[in-house]
Amino acid sequence: MSEFDQMYREVILDHYKNPRGHGELDDADAHAEGQNPLCGDEVSIFVAFGEDGDTIDEVKFSGRGCAISQAATSMLTEMVKGRSAAEVAALPRDELLDEIGIPLTPVRLKCALLGLSTLKLALHKARGTPLPEEWAGASSDLELK
Amino acid sequence: MAVRTKPRLDARKLRADFPIFEQEVRGKPLAYLDSAVSAHKPRQVLDKLRTFYETSYANVHRGVYTLSELATAEYEGAREKVARFVNANEARELIFTHGATESINLVAYAWGLDNLGPGDVVVVTELEHHSNFVPWQYIAKRTGAAFRAIPLDDRGELRLDTLDEIARSGNVKVVANNLVSNALGTINPVERLGAWAHEQGAIMVVDAAQAAPHHAVDVQQLDCDFLAFSAHKMCGPTSVGALWGRAELLEAMAPFNLGGHMIRSVKLEETTWGQLPYKFEAGTQPIAEAVGFGAAIDYLNDVGLDAIEDHERELLVYALERMAEVPGLVTYGPAPERRAGIISFNLETVHPHDVAQILDMEGVAIRAGHHCCQPLMAKLGVAATNRASFYLYTIPEEIDRLVEGLHKAQKLLAQ
Repeated sequence: MSEFDQMYREVILDHYKNPRGHGELDDADAHAEGQNPLCGDEVSIFVAFGEDGDTIDEVKFSGRGCAISQAATSMLTEMVKGRSAAEVAALPRDELLDEIGIPLTPVRLKCALLGLSTLKLALHKARGTPLPEEWAGASSDLELK
Repeated sequence: MAVRTKPRLDARKLRADFPIFEQEVRGKPLAYLDSAVSAHKPRQVLDKLRTFYETSYANVHRGVYTLSELATAEYEGAREKVARFVNANEARELIFTHGATESINLVAYAWGLDNLGPGDVVVVTELEHHSNFVPWQYIAKRTGAAFRAIPLDDRGELRLDTLDEIARSGNVKVVANNLVSNALGTINPVERLGAWAHEQGAIMVVDAAQAAPHHAVDVQQLDCDFLAFSAHKMCGPTSVGALWGRAELLEAMAPFNLGGHMIRSVKLEETTWGQLPYKFEAGTQPIAEAVGFGAAIDYLNDVGLDAIEDHERELLVYALERMAEVPGLVTYGPAPERRAGIISFNLETVHPHDVAQILDMEGVAIRAGHHCCQPLMAKLGVAATNRASFYLYTIPEEIDRLVEGLHKAQKLLAQ
């Protein structure tokens, strides 16, 4: 497989063109917005918890940006649904990167991790827990709120 | 009567001077369409650097020994070449800096801190590179002066109809503008702005970083007060650039960097400053880089600035024509006769990062981002654009490969 085919492999293109979990939640239990000012990628994440107040029942995202940032966020929504918020708030970034499964340069790594950084922020805000020190591994250039 | 034909350049022949083109990128010949950010270096410049280090290098101005004299002669010879290149009256008006950014900071600090205050207005434009925007915004804030940016219209043109209102808003003391926009390629009406600046009693500061590589720059004709440019965009080394300034202004200014070499005498009580240009050249300068800068000027003069300009305009017209074939492609910027060889564009629904990445897979290097022009991007209503830019070594085949890559990106990613 050529490098080109790896970068824009079918699953990435599929998630980019048909994003899962695309949309917004009016009564979200957790919400955050992330932006990469260098390239203008934007992601807003909305999470609804189950009755136990911890299980991620529903997760939606909206935004615009490059194929990598949008596809990665789409894949992320599939990965985390049904899992515990506490667990996802500490999700190792490699779990997402393995799923994405393409070689990423440092610049594109930030694109790939935008959604995860934003989701973690949303969960920590909702749970009132302090932000982790090693912030998804790529946050210093990202603007999160 | 002899018919004088306009000199033309042979990009294919010149290309052989640039070792970078001997390598392949991702198994394909390099198509380098990012010269606006930095240009590649010909053998003539690289050889000069090596020869200088191997035969004439020492620190300048200090030694009494032969080698130091040789190095000083080379360094000062380069200054004369760079000064002549912009038609300066005297070589002492030409300060070596680390680049256009430092040149502008030098003026903003050394002139601005002593000459600006409340009631004064510093005027830039929304089309500036951050290097000619941020220093002025910062110094205006430090001194209590107002900071105004001449706005752009929807087509990215400076709205000169706002000048009267700006003039009424206070005492205009500085007008700063780029001669050529790095983001859109627009050749700006600097002479007109300069005349307006002088009517206001303001100084005119010209950022020529993007202009100097591509067409003849003449400070007398521009009638400006300061002009900044960088060697690395002109086939020269990185980390060296120049500030040209009017001698009377430079003489009246306080120094910028302080330390060795820029002094006349140092006593415990007081230090006095050296003559121009040394007053502004504290510490060991980028000596070999300045010598390389001189070699780059020789190279550009041999090719001919008019020939470079004509060549880029031909490529620009060809590229705009070819790019119009790509579905959903939008270009920004003025008509070809009013711009340098720069094309900013977007593919509808395809992010510039993806465009640049797909082109890279094809060995085509372009830039994607905000080009250090965030106020302009906000005006255009985009977060980023793609930018292809040309130089004396650019050949039409590179543009063909760009267009092929754009078709590919469009096919793969357009929604």
